[in-house]
Amino acid sequence: MGRYILRRLLQAVPLLFIISVILFALLQNIGDPLATLGGRQTTRSEDRARLTRQLGLDQPLYIQYVYWLAGNDWTMIDVDGDGVPDVQGRRKGILRGDFGTSLVNRGQPVTEIIWERVPNTLLLMIPAEVITISIALVIGIYSALRQYSLFDNLVTGFAFVGLSMPIFFIALMLVYIFSVQFQKWGLPNLPAVGMFDPRVGRTPAQILQHMILPVTSIAIISLAGYSRYIRSTMLEVINQDYIRTARAKGLRRNYVIYVHALRNASLPLVTLIALNFPFLLAGAVVTESIFAWPGMGRLFIDHLNRSDAPVVMGILLMVAVAVIFFQIVADILYALLDPRIRFD
Amino acid sequence: MTTMQTDVATLTHTLTDELDTPPLSLGRMAWLRFRKHKGAMFGLVTIVCLFLFSFGGALFISEDYANLTNTSMRLQGPSAEHPFGTDTIGRDLFARTIYGGQISLMIGLFAVSLQLVIGITVGSLAGFYGGILDSILMRVTEAILTVPLLFLLLVMSKFFGGRLPNLEIMGRIFSGSVIIIIVIIGLTTWPTLARIVRAEFLSLKENEFVLAARATGTPNRQIIFRHILPNTIAPIVVAATLGVAGAILTEAYISFLGLGVQAPTPTWGNMITGAANYIEQAPWLWFFPGLLILLTVLSINFVGDGLRDALDPRSKQ
Repeated sequence: MGRYILRRLLQAVPLLFIISVILFALLQNIGDPLATLGGRQTTRSEDRARLTRQLGLDQPLYIQYVYWLAGNDWTMIDVDGDGVPDVQGRRKGILRGDFGTSLVNRGQPVTEIIWERVPNTLLLMIPAEVITISIALVIGIYSALRQYSLFDNLVTGFAFVGLSMPIFFIALMLVYIFSVQFQKWGLPNLPAVGMFDPRVGRTPAQILQHMILPVTSIAIISLAGYSRYIRSTMLEVINQDYIRTARAKGLRRNYVIYVHALRNASLPLVTLIALNFPFLLAGAVVTESIFAWPGMGRLFIDHLNRSDAPVVMGILLMVAVAVIFFQIVADILYALLDPRIRFD
Repeated sequence: MTTMQTDVATLTHTLTDELDTPPLSLGRMAWLRFRKHKGAMFGLVTIVCLFLFSFGGALFISEDYANLTNTSMRLQGPSAEHPFGTDTIGRDLFARTIYGGQISLMIGLFAVSLQLVIGITVGSLAGFYGGILDSILMRVTEAILTVPLLFLLLVMSKFFGGRLPNLEIMGRIFSGSVIIIIVIIGLTTWPTLARIVRAEFLSLKENEFVLAARATGTPNRQIIFRHILPNTIAPIVVAATLGVAGAILTEAYISFLGLGVQAPTPTWGNMITGAANYIEQAPWLWFFPGLLILLTVLSINFVGDGLRDALDPRSKQ
């Protein structure tokens, strides 16, 4: 097991290298970050040249990549443009945990900007995931036990609609019904944008109210996939010989379903949840945009639009590391839960 | 059950008139099974209707009318004159959904064509040759799958954004961003297909017919394209069909976020951009394009499901 984990970790190194090279090359050409730096004033051309050198943007791509990867505190950089390197570099590089600083929020470390947003995103995604899985378990088990019944067919139909629904459609529909129309009808209505009402302040009750619509939208969309998945794994398990044996030796039906069958059917579910987790961290770009929720998805698109390469790169790389990490976790979990699987 | 009965019926039928009737072709058998899938038939009919709406509707309503701005008519609700209402600068939404539909459907089809070319090439090369080539190609595949798709698409859209001028094709002006969106969706969605093709190749290349082909001195290129690839057609067709649905949905997401197809070319996705700001005054801004996206993607998904059952009856649960 230890050797297996070590091998997987070693395999992750070239993978991350490929990812970082591709993304780095893409992100150097997403627009001029200096264009937004001066705010409303136009940047003077000598300032622009100085800033370009200071940020290292005048260097060829591979040197920029090396600086980003390993830092530049071991070399001198030329800031005043006379061709003579004169200032000691200060960046430490991503290998030593330095993700650099944001270009838009001058000087603020990328990690700080990202960590500010992570809790907000998790605040949406974890409740959505918990609600989704709880409901999906009920629906999935029920329809697997009554395969091809009216209920099962209805669920299948709704699952197809859910899988085909653009999330902005359901989100806008919910906002229209529960915010706009409820307000017109004089009913208690739900807030549609932001995390809290600035007049009331950031109280738990406010945040909870503002969470309802985005969490519901995400849950409705992901419910379809999960309930189909649970239905099919459950169907697979209840047709196994050991389930028939358990029933044949006289165990109660419910005991067999909820203890024998469900435990085995939830093995792949555990790995699926683990594999999905990093993508939750990435947030729901579209949902967060509609509900003006200050999470990772919004952070990503805002900084991408302003060509803030360090922040965008930081988000992408953190998510990539999380994806690889949770893939390994999923494999290990599966091996721990299922005694039939051995890595040696 | 019914499928089984017809199979038996056709079988006995062919046995008795063995000399008169040719056996059912693979495509004919698949069609017989496909026809029984209610959802798939519903999907097929709906797709035909949507194509008629987008391409047939263009015969009655001119593109100039779809782009006609009339600010005195802005944000009008649905009426006899404007069945779907008008947008923020007074353009007729009904006409725009017709022309937007053309672009959305075309993006879906062309993006998947590109996805097929790359996915099949990578998958068959990796599966057939194995070794170091397989390792390299599979690392790249994994790398693309590791970054969340929407993030990757947004970065690429920003990367290519504005590099292509407007194009004139058959007397009509298209925003260059249409091509960019097709290319980036094709470039980012092939890994799943490549994995499917590779897995098929890995198992098929061990078969005797491949050995026989090798023994007769068939060149590798022919073994790949003539002998192995035709046997992988079923999973490829299913994946490609579902891929069209995915591509249309993906285009809608990128365009909704403002990094997709740019004005003046309408798509169902970019028609909804900014609609959230008018949610109180003009719900028709997002309702009709959104409904059309849902209907299209749903129909294609149904057809894909039907094809899966029809082409590979064993996979049915």
